[in-house]
Amino acid sequence: MTAALKVDNLTVEYGGFTALDQVSLELAPNTTLGLVGESGSGKSTLARVIAGLVSPTKGQILLGSDVLGKRRTREQRKSIQMVAQNPDASLNPKHTIQQILAEALLFHKIVDRSQVREKCKELLARVRIDETALGKYPHQFSGGQRQRIAIARAISVEPRILIADEPTSALDVSVQLSVIELLKQLKSELSLTVLFISHDLGVIHALSDTIAVMKKGQLVEVNNRESFFARPQTAYGYELLTAVPKMPPLPTR
Amino acid sequence: MANHPLLHLENVTLASRFNPSLVSDVSFQVHAGESIGLIGESGSGKSLTLRSILGLLPSGIEQTDGRIQLNGRGAMIFQDPIRALDPLYPVVKQLAEVVHYRQQVSRKASHVIALELLELLGLPDSLRQKDRYPHQLSGGQCQRIVIALALACKPDVLLCDEPTTALDVTVQRQILELIVRLQKELGYAMVFVTHNLAVTSSLCSRLYVMKEGRLVEEGETLPLLQNPQHPYTRMLIDSVLPLPELSELSEPNELKRGADA
Repeated sequence: MTAALKVDNLTVEYGGFTALDQVSLELAPNTTLGLVGESGSGKSTLARVIAGLVSPTKGQILLGSDVLGKRRTREQRKSIQMVAQNPDASLNPKHTIQQILAEALLFHKIVDRSQVREKCKELLARVRIDETALGKYPHQFSGGQRQRIAIARAISVEPRILIADEPTSALDVSVQLSVIELLKQLKSELSLTVLFISHDLGVIHALSDTIAVMKKGQLVEVNNRESFFARPQTAYGYELLTAVPKMPPLPTR
Repeated sequence: MANHPLLHLENVTLASRFNPSLVSDVSFQVHAGESIGLIGESGSGKSLTLRSILGLLPSGIEQTDGRIQLNGRGAMIFQDPIRALDPLYPVVKQLAEVVHYRQQVSRKASHVIALELLELLGLPDSLRQKDRYPHQLSGGQCQRIVIALALACKPDVLLCDEPTTALDVTVQRQILELIVRLQKELGYAMVFVTHNLAVTSSLCSRLYVMKEGRLVEEGETLPLLQNPQHPYTRMLIDSVLPLPELSELSEPNELKRGADA
């Protein structure tokens, strides 16, 4: 089986600083890869390189069998979409929800101008937001709703790869769970391949099929979910797992 | 328990011009050496309650009812260590200044005490020779400085406002261990505000659950977690994502060292 996305020996340097150091990684189709690591470990840089927002110093990225070059085609850009950490910063506060969703739809010619409104309603229904939202502005929604809108925009252009960079970190715990459920459901409905970035191991456990651990720009461990959480292969993986604060044993519900 | 609590809040109500009940009718007591947890989501009023104890309410918000009695000194640890420090002032100097004013000792003596505090908190020795600015330290180191600032006030009650939320898990663990260790050594009482139940469960003997400015449930930590009465408490408990137990074979010394070799 060919990988949906393959990262080959990727190095990124900012000035003299090496943000990514020879990272190689494969994402199997229709799976979720959970990328964990502390702040500054290079998780977000990896996401940005894959999304084409930063160009690598060395190494290459393959989407299916296509090599993604320095200048990507519109089709290649369309296939990789990203949900950012903070929906406040990623949604234009002066645009209505319809404008926000329509822009990507029209740019990538997903539907005709006459069908945009229908398509927007369909997208909102997918992320479980009422269609009256179309005429409203981002500030009229809660953090969780805004994150759903950001997800709706990302899936609007029918991507193959969805990158979610800490999409739940800015949200309250109760809302966090519903966004995780939504991502899970969208992944199977739209057969997406997801790169999910978080420093929260609980969230990673709830979502991922495979876990990749980064530290100081290097990939230190790639493991499937069950074995990572039971028997991490590296000391650093073990350190991360034991650092998570635990609840006392509670009666099973 | 002694009859006189260190900290006693009685029917505290906080209001702004537009919202008469930001916090309503909150009461609790903290006795010497005790740790309590105030939990809830953003907007539940937990941070405001904490700030009202030290008179640090933002302008426009006032205490309209109730009584706050603090029999001793209080000091606070803030959520964001970077913002709690003055970026234009080297850290040891900041610490020495607090010692100078709060412990009323000479500038020279305050510098010596500041250096002792640094050692207590496990900050690098290099700070003795060369003072550094907050941006030259990591997030975890900055939070240690913020804790040192609080301890410099020799508090009887330490108020912690989400002190580890902005930190990585491994650093979080170090900071929590540090706070607990110092509590044993220095004997302060603690009010710990957080939305993370797993953190409070190991730290606090009593929990107070806040929602929309009101206390909805309170009790001893373990019974409260095992048998929550209010649906909101249940929801908070359920939203802690579980991690499976590590298998016993995975001792760290058997593991190959990754990039940290």
